[in-house]
Amino acid sequence: MADLHTNLSLLETACMNPRAQLDNYLKQGKKVVGCFPAYTPEELVYASGMIPMGLWGGHTELKLAKSYLPAFACPIMQSDLEFGLQGAYEGLSAVIIPTLCDTLRCMTQNWRFGVPSIPMIPIVYPQNRKSPASVEYLISEYEHVLVMLSTITGQMMTEKALCDAIDVYNAHNAAMREFADLANDHLDVITPKVRHAVMKSAFFFAKDEHTAIVQELIDGLKQLPAYKFTGKKVILTGITGEPDEMLEIFAENNIAVVGDDLAQEMRQYRTDTPEKGGGGLRRLALQWNLRHGCSLIHEDGKPRGVMLVRLCGENDASGVVNCLMKFCDPEEYDQPYFESDLRAAGYPTLTIEVDTQNTSYEQIRTRVQAFCEML
Amino acid sequence: MSDTITTESSAAPAAKPKRPKAKSMIMIGEQTQALFENARLAKERGEKVGWSASIFPQEIAETLGLVVLYPENHSAGIAARHQADPFLQECEGSLGYSNDLCAYAKVNLTYSSVLAGQSEVELPDGGKMVRPDFLLLTNNICNQLTKWYENLAKQLNIPIFFIDTCYNPYDYVTETRVRYVRAQIDQLIKDLCEFTGKTWDDEKFQKIMKISQRNSYLWEHANNLMDRKPSPLSGFELFNYMSCMVCNRGKESTTALLEQLNAEIEQHIAEGTSTYPVEEQFRVSWDGIACWPYLRHNLHTLKEYGINMVASSYGKAWAIEYEDLDGMARAYCFASTNGDNASTMISRRLEALKRFGCEGTIYHVNRSCKVMDCQMMEVQRQLSALAGVPFMSFDGDQADYRNYSEAQFETRIQGLVEVMKQNKEAKANG
Repeated sequence: MADLHTNLSLLETACMNPRAQLDNYLKQGKKVVGCFPAYTPEELVYASGMIPMGLWGGHTELKLAKSYLPAFACPIMQSDLEFGLQGAYEGLSAVIIPTLCDTLRCMTQNWRFGVPSIPMIPIVYPQNRKSPASVEYLISEYEHVLVMLSTITGQMMTEKALCDAIDVYNAHNAAMREFADLANDHLDVITPKVRHAVMKSAFFFAKDEHTAIVQELIDGLKQLPAYKFTGKKVILTGITGEPDEMLEIFAENNIAVVGDDLAQEMRQYRTDTPEKGGGGLRRLALQWNLRHGCSLIHEDGKPRGVMLVRLCGENDASGVVNCLMKFCDPEEYDQPYFESDLRAAGYPTLTIEVDTQNTSYEQIRTRVQAFCEML
Repeated sequence: MSDTITTESSAAPAAKPKRPKAKSMIMIGEQTQALFENARLAKERGEKVGWSASIFPQEIAETLGLVVLYPENHSAGIAARHQADPFLQECEGSLGYSNDLCAYAKVNLTYSSVLAGQSEVELPDGGKMVRPDFLLLTNNICNQLTKWYENLAKQLNIPIFFIDTCYNPYDYVTETRVRYVRAQIDQLIKDLCEFTGKTWDDEKFQKIMKISQRNSYLWEHANNLMDRKPSPLSGFELFNYMSCMVCNRGKESTTALLEQLNAEIEQHIAEGTSTYPVEEQFRVSWDGIACWPYLRHNLHTLKEYGINMVASSYGKAWAIEYEDLDGMARAYCFASTNGDNASTMISRRLEALKRFGCEGTIYHVNRSCKVMDCQMMEVQRQLSALAGVPFMSFDGDQADYRNYSEAQFETRIQGLVEVMKQNKEAKANG
């Protein structure tokens, strides 16, 4: 068993260099499938005997992507496409793109024509989840994905493999939730940057491997005495809380992240696939219907604000940082409502525009300092 | 789309006398007025009035006898009359929305905020877009509509009746999509009857469907008559008629109006006349929603070079053909090119370029509309190669006047004209 710091370093390294993780799996003779944000049905990839690997963009100079996307497409899509066009993702057997926003709809087509060497598998999630027919429809979408995956493996996925995959993913969800809870007693070790690395690294490991590492982290943290944190505690909401430079500014100001509602982090872990309800595909479709409070999934009543207020209360946070992905319209539509709910409940909000192409953080530093004084 | 915006109406005082308004234009003005008046009267009678996405199966509301208004159409009207500014400012100011969002949505969210008593922007039309009691939503145009309507529902505390039409990454509508959409249509009819107290009359629906089919045919026919050389109409004028297809697709008044329009066009063809004011030197296709705040400038600039817009990718989205509820489900999944993959977009546009003898394409990079813009560059490249015609793009917006540069539009049109001219000369010289 590796010690706490070795494990943390392992996860941070994976986040710094996902390509090494990809090469490592390829060397083992594994096939790897790239998974665009968000809620890609990784279980289907895993059950097909392949490694799902998240594609959440990164810092890169945009050159080739400019021939496909206007300047007002979000930085994740810009950089994913740039990496694809530059060949940085060579080795992937396919990418899966869920069409959860207008830009993602178009990305299926840009990828299809721009990066023909890596086949594109689309999935169109149902948005009218109140319709019982949405479940049957989603099952058929999963079946489309499976047929396309089987052309890569030459094998059909088995029901047992899918049920095992669901168990692996539910176990991973539970481990991540336990880690997130426990992390709040060790905010000296689990700084915002470290917490983010633990969360994000899940995209670069097979989930059972990641669960094992996170379980060791949990065991390691449990051996430490609880740390009495005296700084300010916040919840992050948005698509991603990146890059590290931004998170370091929180730490500089003695601000800890004690919970999140980020699509790249806890949003995906808060809803398990139900243990019952039918075969594996049906259970996965039912999980989709249980997901809650996400800008990318239609829901009546704008429930996100109430959820964030509850998250603040449960985690003793005194405010929320809205990590607003640049040009992310689903998030922009939610913002006025959850900010209003948080304001009414007495929680201040700071909105920071997230752009992984940023190179200057001085403005963010000033705003975080001012926010810190408000808390 | 517009609620009777004429290309003349936003003009500065003209020096020369205007040609008399065509009867069909008078009819569309009356129809639009009637729609808003009916909504007011329905409210007075205590009936429930809805707001609807523009490619929602309008035939359902029509069969139930419900009065429904169209926010996209209404926002376009406000923008075209240069009245959008206070709405945009309020939305990005007090209401706390990002300026990145769709300007139709921003104008409408402010308008609804006024109706809800939460904003104090003066309504230039006196509030004729009456406060809705329910919302009819489809996402075949874009995902933003789903979010926009979520917010309207919360703001006004009213229900959404939603048909999720699903994006089509494939070249056809999969049967599982048809089943899903059909199930939603059935449920929606039931829920809407329960909510409004109306009853579904299948016989009436059959009749409405026939009217709608007839109107789709007439609309497409009118569009197709633009294939004559020179074209009998100034292409921008067809934008003025879109409201009859968007808002009144299932009405007999639309049949009468489109029959009149077709007759007028046929008359121009017979007499060898055209409403296009100068000699038609170049024929182009227009890709994307009209740049409503600068329609006049667009038209004026094109006119300078004798460019007539004879085909548009956008207006024909409302020529929706089907024969039953399953067909309706399939048709509404495939109606808007925004909901379809690039191959479908390209094949539809290629057909239009050929049919209408277009010599170039003008792409409106509409800042409001990511779903239109984010795959447009690839579509442009492929289409230009397949059709052998040049293209140009310009930055604009369907409703936000801040996202347009007159100089850029003029310069790019000049560039397009040069290439089209060279192509023409090369063709003439064999």
